[in-house]
Amino acid sequence: MKSVSPHIALFIPCYVDQFYPNVGIATLELLEKLGCKVTFPQGQTCCGQPLANAGYERDTVGTTRHFIELFKEFDYVVCPSGSCVLHVKEHSPSVPGMEKEQAELHHKVFELTEFITDILKVKKLEGSFPHRVGYHASCHGQRGLRLASCSELNQEPFNKARQLLGNLVGLEWVELSRTDECCGFGGTFAVTEEALSIRMGKDRLEDHAQHHTEILTGGDMSCIMHLQGIATRNKQPLKFLHIAEILNQAIS
Amino acid sequence: MSHPENASEFLKDQAKAKWHDETLWFVRDKRDRISKTIPEWEELRNLASGIKDNVLANLGSYLEDFERNALKNGIKVHWAKDGEEHNQIVLDILQKQNCTAIVKSKSILTEECHLNPYLEKAGIEVVDTDLGERIVQFLNQPPSHIVLPAIHLKKREISEIFHEKLHTEKGNEDPYYLTQAARHHLREKFLAAKVAITGVNFGIAETGEFVVCTNEGNADMGVHLADVHIACMGIEKILPRRKDLGVFLRLLARSATGQPVTNYNSHFRSPSPGKEIHIILVDNGRTAQLAREKFKNSLKCIRCGACMNTCPIYRRSGGFSYGSTVPGPIGSILSPGLDMKKHSTLPFASTLCGSCSDVCPVKINIHEQLYEWRQEITKTHGELGKGLSMKLANGIFKSPLAYKISGNLMRAALKALPNGLIYHPINAWGKGRDLPETPKESFQQWYQKNRS
Repeated sequence: MKSVSPHIALFIPCYVDQFYPNVGIATLELLEKLGCKVTFPQGQTCCGQPLANAGYERDTVGTTRHFIELFKEFDYVVCPSGSCVLHVKEHSPSVPGMEKEQAELHHKVFELTEFITDILKVKKLEGSFPHRVGYHASCHGQRGLRLASCSELNQEPFNKARQLLGNLVGLEWVELSRTDECCGFGGTFAVTEEALSIRMGKDRLEDHAQHHTEILTGGDMSCIMHLQGIATRNKQPLKFLHIAEILNQAIS
Repeated sequence: MSHPENASEFLKDQAKAKWHDETLWFVRDKRDRISKTIPEWEELRNLASGIKDNVLANLGSYLEDFERNALKNGIKVHWAKDGEEHNQIVLDILQKQNCTAIVKSKSILTEECHLNPYLEKAGIEVVDTDLGERIVQFLNQPPSHIVLPAIHLKKREISEIFHEKLHTEKGNEDPYYLTQAARHHLREKFLAAKVAITGVNFGIAETGEFVVCTNEGNADMGVHLADVHIACMGIEKILPRRKDLGVFLRLLARSATGQPVTNYNSHFRSPSPGKEIHIILVDNGRTAQLAREKFKNSLKCIRCGACMNTCPIYRRSGGFSYGSTVPGPIGSILSPGLDMKKHSTLPFASTLCGSCSDVCPVKINIHEQLYEWRQEITKTHGELGKGLSMKLANGIFKSPLAYKISGNLMRAALKALPNGLIYHPINAWGKGRDLPETPKESFQQWYQKNRS
């Protein structure tokens, strides 16, 4: 970190803002506990991902311009979602006249766990969370941002979320049969390919059930919203928390 | 039918869908394990990708080298601009030989050109000699997977087909027994065929030879017993040098089935005395794809099928759900280039999870191309409704006030509306999933109250 305390902006995805304010609060409190000076720039909307993934990236120039204007002055932008971060970095259209700010911004945007491990250089966290925790790797965090080693690749194993959770007293890490298979959310895929989406979600939940997950966590609330929706509908006794909520609870 | 409709249909038989998923996952897992026994695996992928980039950047001159060297070796070389021309060339050769029955080993290209129905219409009997392909041929089905053509069928179904077609014992599902029956049946066909057709896995520009990879040895059996060998090759199958095979043969079988090497990697260089080898170099849309900057590297594909085995969509919707010769992720980036309207739902049959790109032995950025095809398809075939609602959403997202009003309205509506309305059948989210509980305030409202 720079010697002068860097100015960090909190980027809260639209569906977290609307449906999961507690995840936003946990992210803010967690970063503050880790000594960060955090501001939530007012007037945030959506990064534009749902439109872009549906094939309308060209219609998100206005949204992207708004995003750049809101965040360009900060040293870092931190977001509790790998998916939204990946969108900003890879799929936001270039905004005429703002190319420089946009390019700089792409190097300043981080997903929450990678910000803690790579920028704050936190090796391990002290705290306690005596539960059996199953981790759902969101594909955009996993294969997009490479927040963990991928089962397809021949590489040294690592996992940034596990690095942060692994040291918590009492936490049992659940080993799954398929460590990084997609849950089937996929944005508009969840409704356009409804049958497949549900099947994929059920299969993920079955893997967690077979390995006795008590709390299912992850870095992307969108995957969790989908999995929780299926579990609730089928009365599966599983709890769901964003990783920010676990970490914030554990180290307080 | 669109991909979502076909997928829903496939998923109706839940037990079979689960079996299909697990069977292909088993292959994917085998691939994972064997690839991790090669320390330089990722380096091999980089090399293969680089060699193929070079091939695509210099395709014209490599093809000319290949033709010149093949001619020197005594091979007859033909060029076909599309499937129709390819089929015509094959038929001309057969008619010159007075041949009415041929054997064919696995070739996705001849599937792509619809060669079988073309020849059958001309009165020629075509026998696919790959066991899986023979099975689907009995059923008048296309292959559902490019490496495992009958992977959608269970032993019991194959036993029934063989009982009907080959008069095996009713109810005998023993794989050894069924395979023996197929061997005897195919042997007669091999012995009777004067012409054998094969595909081509690799054509070597510097030597004019080509390589055909099979596990069953059926290509060799067919070719060695026939007087004439016709090899059908897509123009992108070129490799510059023979030594490049050292990279590709190591990757191909491991990626495809998790085997260390394909059982038969046969090199064909020049015809035996008194025999003929013909090679047909087929374009059929490949140069058009090469001209598409964002999509050209899809032509690096070596048809290993690894992206199908890993794809969570393919495993749960089956090869036929794609309605294209090459199914799965790679098919979904190749097919729109051939007929964008017909295949417009395929690039959306993905969560963009990226697993396909990570297993690809030649590092095609498949999931990124799926994303790019979406952008193209909505320009040409965007449904009006979807386009409008997306524009409306952009209007909301670029204006904080509009976002706030619509967000508040949405949360208020979700609280007030009865479940019957929220979970109406037209609401695809609610069919199999609950919505999250609606919080009393948004994060923005909380922040304003507590922090500003």
